[in-house]
Amino acid sequence: MNLVTISGPPSSGKTSVILKTIESLKKQGLKVAVAKFDCLYTDDDILYEKAGIPVKKGLSGALCPDHYFVSNVEEITNWALKNDFDILISESAGLCNRCSPYIKGIKAVCVIDNLSGINTPKKIGPMLKTADIVVITKGDIVSQAEREVFASRVNTVNPSAMIMHINGLTGQGSFELSTLLYEEELNIDSLKGMELRFPMPAALCSYCLGETRIGESYQMGNVRKMKVEE
Amino acid sequence: MRDIKTRKISDLFAEYPFLASFFNDNGLDISGREELTLVEYFAGFDEDEIEDKAIDGENLIHQIGEFIRQMIAFLGKEDDIVRTVTILPGNDKSGVKEQFDKLVIRQGEVICIVGPTGSGKSRLLGDIEWVAQGDTPTGRSVLINSNVPDRKWRFSSADKLVAQLSQNMNFVMDLSVYEFVELHAESRMVENREEVIEKIIEKANSLAGETFSPETPITSLSGGQSRALMIADTAILSKSPIILIDEIENAGIDRKKALSLLLAEDKIVLMATHDPVLALMGDRRIVIRNGGIFRVIETTENERSILSTLEKMDQTLLAYRTKLRQGEIITKVAGT
Repeated sequence: MNLVTISGPPSSGKTSVILKTIESLKKQGLKVAVAKFDCLYTDDDILYEKAGIPVKKGLSGALCPDHYFVSNVEEITNWALKNDFDILISESAGLCNRCSPYIKGIKAVCVIDNLSGINTPKKIGPMLKTADIVVITKGDIVSQAEREVFASRVNTVNPSAMIMHINGLTGQGSFELSTLLYEEELNIDSLKGMELRFPMPAALCSYCLGETRIGESYQMGNVRKMKVEE
Repeated sequence: MRDIKTRKISDLFAEYPFLASFFNDNGLDISGREELTLVEYFAGFDEDEIEDKAIDGENLIHQIGEFIRQMIAFLGKEDDIVRTVTILPGNDKSGVKEQFDKLVIRQGEVICIVGPTGSGKSRLLGDIEWVAQGDTPTGRSVLINSNVPDRKWRFSSADKLVAQLSQNMNFVMDLSVYEFVELHAESRMVENREEVIEKIIEKANSLAGETFSPETPITSLSGGQSRALMIADTAILSKSPIILIDEIENAGIDRKKALSLLLAEDKIVLMATHDPVLALMGDRRIVIRNGGIFRVIETTENERSILSTLEKMDQTLLAYRTKLRQGEIITKVAGT
């Protein structure tokens, strides 16, 4: 089985892209399942179910969503292996722009949209910079010039990635993506011993542990202060 | 390219000035550290910085190498001239073979694509964009200049075969017209930048009914002005040899001039339209039915002579639209 990790900022079009791409994967005779990770709320599992795609949903709640993802990805992979799927697609939102759920040796796709502004590629960390494929969505509503500028900025921060344009509404481009997702050589039978491509941000301060009061005397652990000039 | 790892940053910048944008866009500050080698530079970050800025030296050095390789390829080559695009038949949705031997589209041609919604117009364009090699659902193949095309047309972000102009596109940036075109020119690494920018604005103004200045914010352009700017910008700055147009509304823009501007820049124009005036402006039209190319019709002499009558009718309708817009009362229709 292949595991494919897909991530991207909220509302960038991940679910639409995945749904359209799976239509093409199914036509190629592949059995696909999805693991949807989110923070507080998601309805997307219903969309997948409606499309007849087996789905597992995980809400991280009070935990960091990406840490939650890493803590659960092995179990979810084992579930997919047990059920004889050909591809398991994990979908997660990169909420802090610094995290990335990508794993060495596992295909990584980042979805971002043209409407997010041309400086966005600069602002997104390893989630964009270490992806194998970058999918750019919502190209149908911005000018050709903006599309070209946006794609060239993505290329500057991640020159090795393959950049694709997909229209999540019509599915234009999703067939093409589907041909790049499954590779025999990338089959796995376990995630044991595999490593993240990039360490996640450090945390653990008083606020991680539930502190709500503001003020220096309540702050312990990994705390850092801004330099505020007089 | 020699091993870049052990070379000084200042040397690399002297040889590859475009690296400045790589460092800048990746948030890497080199001031005061120009005399270090790349390895030394990345080794110089302490653990906090590495964590904070998510720096992975080894990967970045790899990315710098890849960036230099792409930029050299991009700057060093002559633009590839796409003289013809050939489509070889595949199947329609029912698996029936398309009824043509091959369809050759030449530089400077306007081809219209007609057919009901959902008939497979997008798939045809998708096949061209992805330079299908019998590996898409239709089984079509696409040749460029009569040859099996280079894979770069599929995989390189700088070489896209098709640029698109469509009705529901907007400018979403908050810039002046000049700044906007400049940004596009920068990303395309154009040399005589000022000249090109002026040319684009001048051409756009010649297409639009009302003129605008370089200082006008793009978000305050009228619909016609926006389309005029998009067309002029795409014609002159986009490297893609094929321009796909999804309808051009007949308001505030000279459509005939727009097409001739694109053709003057040696583009191949594909137009998805059901507007009779636009459709008859084309040299040929491809009729799509049930996912396949059903017919290819050459615009006849008779159709061309009808075109001028249709254009007059179009103008008449447009004149009434203007009257309505200006708050006038319409009393009668000319010729009735």
